[in-house]
Amino acid sequence: MEPVTVIAGKVSVLDRADVDTDQIMPKQFLKRIERTGYGEFLFYDWVRNGEVSIEPNPILAAGRNFGCGSSREHAVWGIQQFGFQAVIAPSFSDIFYGNCTKNGFLPVRLEEDDVRGVMDAGEASIDLDSQTVTFAGRSVSFDIDPAIKHRLINGLDEIALTLEHEDEITSYERDRMAPGPVTTAL
Amino acid sequence: MPKTMVDKIWESHEVRDDLIYIDLHLVHEVTSPQAFDGLRLSGRGVRRPDKTLATADHNVPTDGTAVSRMIADALSRQQVETLEQNCAEFGIPIYSLGSERQGIVHVIGPELGVTQPGMTIVCGDSHTSTHGAFGALAFGIGTSEVEHVLATQTLAQKRPKTMRIWYSGALGFGVTAKDLILATIGRLGTAGAVGYAVEYAGPVIENLSMENRMTVCNMTIEGGGRAGMVAPDDTTFAYMESRPAAPKDWSAALDRWRALPTDDGATFDQEIRIDGSALAPMVTWGTTPGMVVDVTASVPTPDSFDSPADRETAERALQYMGLDAGTPITDIGLDRVFIGSCTNSRIEDLRAAARIAEGRHVADGVRAMVVPGSNQVKIQAEAEGLDRLFTTAGFEWRSAGCSMCLGMNPDILAPQERCASTSNRNFEGRQGAGGRTHLVSPEMAAAAAIEGHFVDIRGWK
Repeated sequence: MEPVTVIAGKVSVLDRADVDTDQIMPKQFLKRIERTGYGEFLFYDWVRNGEVSIEPNPILAAGRNFGCGSSREHAVWGIQQFGFQAVIAPSFSDIFYGNCTKNGFLPVRLEEDDVRGVMDAGEASIDLDSQTVTFAGRSVSFDIDPAIKHRLINGLDEIALTLEHEDEITSYERDRMAPGPVTTAL
Repeated sequence: MPKTMVDKIWESHEVRDDLIYIDLHLVHEVTSPQAFDGLRLSGRGVRRPDKTLATADHNVPTDGTAVSRMIADALSRQQVETLEQNCAEFGIPIYSLGSERQGIVHVIGPELGVTQPGMTIVCGDSHTSTHGAFGALAFGIGTSEVEHVLATQTLAQKRPKTMRIWYSGALGFGVTAKDLILATIGRLGTAGAVGYAVEYAGPVIENLSMENRMTVCNMTIEGGGRAGMVAPDDTTFAYMESRPAAPKDWSAALDRWRALPTDDGATFDQEIRIDGSALAPMVTWGTTPGMVVDVTASVPTPDSFDSPADRETAERALQYMGLDAGTPITDIGLDRVFIGSCTNSRIEDLRAAARIAEGRHVADGVRAMVVPGSNQVKIQAEAEGLDRLFTTAGFEWRSAGCSMCLGMNPDILAPQERCASTSNRNFEGRQGAGGRTHLVSPEMAAAAAIEGHFVDIRGWK
């Protein structure tokens, strides 16, 4: 995964609330078994019927509850492969937010007024290390979980990080795991 | 210190800080191929195939296609066959097309009894919250997390905040679990439970059957909550006892499970109370599940919303839905009716719809489909004669799968077709590009099919 440090440049605006993952990446494109090739299908129905026109800039700014709905990571792959490196919104769905951070893609939560400010400015710079977004001559800070930040800044593979604690998983299984169904015995 | 059910399950599964053990990983064809590829690329295996279970559901045609190589759509066929190959390669049990146990992943888990109280359960699907009906902590994950669970049987997670929604009173005649959860989302908003695990409690919930509790937990994600839960009780245990995967040492299991419910005096980050007696049958009018009103109401006017953003959202939704503000809900006519999905495709749902359909006939110009959630549900329904009852009444009787809930298979709406659906999402294009979805209960969907428009089943002939 590529490290995330500073993301700066033009902002594409999608001024809508509750943009769900069915809009970001409609179901007909989920039949692919690859992880690439989704960029051209981003917001497919909205683009095709002329409702939305989006340029591939470094930053996407959108309304509240962005990425709600299904867990499809294809939505993140599409946004990223279209050309975006970060998305700024007042709030995100939990699953979508997590999916972003597994792909070296930065979701940034700002107050609604600040998101509006970023949209109006048309340009912004996001510094992950200092957790600030700079636009229109001012800076605002954003929150991010320290573990996620560490992983993004260093471009670390989460599975490799977990496997560093494999002995703890093994001892959990040996000492503390409750009895449960055995799927291979059904 | 008194603890919530979430806290108890969380603490018993913490391998280390922010890393929880996963007791059951359910896998389907859409969100897993890239995860298996990731394992191969990094030379990793599946840590616990014995805690993993796969089925094919999203892409499956519901026309009785018996094996994956007969699926007509080339991409769907490839995705189902890829799942079968991946499961064979990594030793994961799979119920694919042709298996009597195949079905929607959230239907077959409880049906087999692999969904049990106190467990942590994940699946690459947001409706994994369904399994929380058993007092499990169950939630949807993305494909990277699917790979993480396959490789490590753990998940890196922050403990969710806790919310309890307490339903007092009793549901009135004709008011169902589906209406309860739709009304709840309408009140909470589509992001009201973001960051929370939601515990549904109170006399209304205690009186619900297991299958109705699953309907409630299933739609937790539509209110933004990743996990929804109900405390296990005698209703839960009675449902589970005869299942194929029920614990051999039943009394030891009961002892463990009876310790799970939230302790008296435990505190939640947020508590909400809803009067269950005041709820009515619900119908969505817009393009999020939160855009919902009583069947006795009318399509709202955009001016009735407070903020300019909400007014604009409502206007766009009305335009997409082809509805005029002020139209009574019962005047909305329908082209299609879909009874199915992980929300409402279990045997009780089909029985409830059948009671409405019996001796009546689908209205002219309406195409109505009934899609059982699993082959086991199909077999049971046919043993009870529900298939003949439905077909006599003019409904199509299909094979198990996700079907028209999300249109990844041949069951889709044509543009501008209007559908009464027992599924969970009325997003734009969800059931087919340009299609218009109204979410309702199985009873309301069946009655709408008979009349050709929505009716209030409480006063229906």
